[in-house]
Amino acid sequence: MSTTETEGRIYDVAGQDWDELVKAVSESSEERLVVNMGPQHPSTHGVLRLVLTLDGETVTEARTVIGYLHTGIEKNMEYRTWTQGVTFVTRMDYLSPIFNETAYCMGVEKLLGISDRIPERAQALRVLTMELTRISSHLVAIATFGMELGATTPMIYGFREREMVLDLMEYITGLRMNMAYVRPGGVSVDLPAGAVDKIGEFLKIMPGRIKEMRKLLDANPVYTRRTKDVAYLDLTGCMALGVTGPMLRAAGLPWDLRKSQPYCGYETYEFDVPTQNTCDVYGRYLVRMAEMEESLKIIEQALDRLSGPLKGGRVMIDDKKIGWPSQLALGPDGLGNSPDHIAHIMGSSMEALIHHFKLVTEGFRVPAGQAYASVESPRGELGAHVVSDGGTRPYRVHFRDPSFTNLQAVPATCEGGMVADVIAAVASIDPVMGGVDR
Amino acid sequence: MTTENLPGLPEEPVARRGMFGVKDSGDTSGYNRLVVRRPPKPVSSRPYGSYFDEVADALEPAFADAIERVVVDRGEVTFHVRRERLVEVMKHLRDDPALRFELSLGVSGVHYPHETGAELHAVYHLCSITHNRRIRVEVSCPDADPHIPSTVQVYPTHDWHERETYDFFGIVFDGHPALTRIEMPDDWEGHPQRKDYPLGGIPVEYRGAEVPAPDRRRSYS
Repeated sequence: MSTTETEGRIYDVAGQDWDELVKAVSESSEERLVVNMGPQHPSTHGVLRLVLTLDGETVTEARTVIGYLHTGIEKNMEYRTWTQGVTFVTRMDYLSPIFNETAYCMGVEKLLGISDRIPERAQALRVLTMELTRISSHLVAIATFGMELGATTPMIYGFREREMVLDLMEYITGLRMNMAYVRPGGVSVDLPAGAVDKIGEFLKIMPGRIKEMRKLLDANPVYTRRTKDVAYLDLTGCMALGVTGPMLRAAGLPWDLRKSQPYCGYETYEFDVPTQNTCDVYGRYLVRMAEMEESLKIIEQALDRLSGPLKGGRVMIDDKKIGWPSQLALGPDGLGNSPDHIAHIMGSSMEALIHHFKLVTEGFRVPAGQAYASVESPRGELGAHVVSDGGTRPYRVHFRDPSFTNLQAVPATCEGGMVADVIAAVASIDPVMGGVDR
Repeated sequence: MTTENLPGLPEEPVARRGMFGVKDSGDTSGYNRLVVRRPPKPVSSRPYGSYFDEVADALEPAFADAIERVVVDRGEVTFHVRRERLVEVMKHLRDDPALRFELSLGVSGVHYPHETGAELHAVYHLCSITHNRRIRVEVSCPDADPHIPSTVQVYPTHDWHERETYDFFGIVFDGHPALTRIEMPDDWEGHPQRKDYPLGGIPVEYRGAEVPAPDRRRSYS
């Protein structure tokens, strides 16, 4: 039997044949149409594939196909040391790398039993970089969302603002993305000179930019028509589907791990958890906007501490068995080096050299057991299930990525709606396929 | 020599022999006769501390025979549940007013090839928003009979998570609405996250030297 007999008539689109396609479809007697959206489609956020069954313009069935970006990160990590694992997890959800790193490092620290011994300055730096990343991630969410609905201005604005955050991240960590900045025991390097001023400037500019974006979108009639009452998912649906993050908060539940189960010292910062009770795309947009404003507040507080009471503190745990050298300076080769540390291991102490060599090549051993650590990423609860068998390499690391779980809400939010609203629904979930497929 | 008054030899399987990953040369490290055994399976006894006792109190009367052991480790509690009773236990955990674990954070698989008869584990992380608590439920099944009942009926979010665990570990979740591969292609052979599945990779030349594939490099574990 040919596929035409089993699947019905198949239409191919090869480019520049749109008229022929429309003609053929309109002449067809069949009402039911199955459309493949993606995996290569600009508005499916990376390589996401949606198989939509359409009745006219109404979606009767929406199926999600993932796996196009599976890179085996979890498996690869089992062949690297615990510290090297950071460079892998940072590449999962590439729009919020610091969150992946922090969740993983918190898991490893839990296994090592050193969670309470992480220096406060390192925790404040984690908070600072996480909140900066939250802003850049939400900016991408809103920017691409605007573009997908046909509005290019939010896209230009969002990416312009995000660039400021990425410049800051580059200045602080050395890289715009995939920075492997958070390490088990602390962070890789302290704030460089001038970073506080740069972040201070950013804090002056950013509120105005967010206001600008709000002016553009909050009451925009086209935007509200495309977003209000679209992709409805109430609290019951969110709970059943395990949906967390802005989607859950747009359904009215103020569930934010930073408040409910604080980590990295979030309990000492003052901020609010924005919620909406509209359960729709517009509510999720408002939550994201408000979260950026709250993040600015947290950044300001973290900055005050870093330049005030925590000035000059350690950024790596004071445990020679775990802590890598973190007093780095940029060397002529463009890599971070610590001249003092090199002088010590190369010039004065053979034992220090042996120790350095062992720590870097062999890595530290982590007592056997399992731990689960979670952070509130821009997309929801990001959890790391870390298992050790007592060796120098992870035995198993599993990431509970919020994008992966939230994408399960696509059928619930799209079926019965119009095909154009599928775009809005998927964009409001804000999936990052690097995190979904890992 | 009598051995009666000597402590019994540890029965746990051998995790590693020697040190520093030396395998093919003589006893250059001086540690070649070292035998490191796996730690015994941890079991915790009451009181568990924190809120764990309250959770256990609410769970144990009805499911005393369903819980194999309870482990409290590093501030987290793990309930090892028999697979036959898993769905009931999960339903109770979700619905009982004293427990109310409304939110599941999904399923994670772990492969322990050395645990004969319980090689494959499925690990569930549950969160109670009502009580602001977290617990972990762990189920195991033998490699020869890799079946665990599906919990999609209780937690619909497990749909994709169980598919992922099936894809990577080959655990068959009985009763799942559509248990197909999710990350790997449909016609893929094998389950990549199992320990007997090779990582693969090729040696890479870098500045004149050859760097072996990651799974061929020296391991210190």
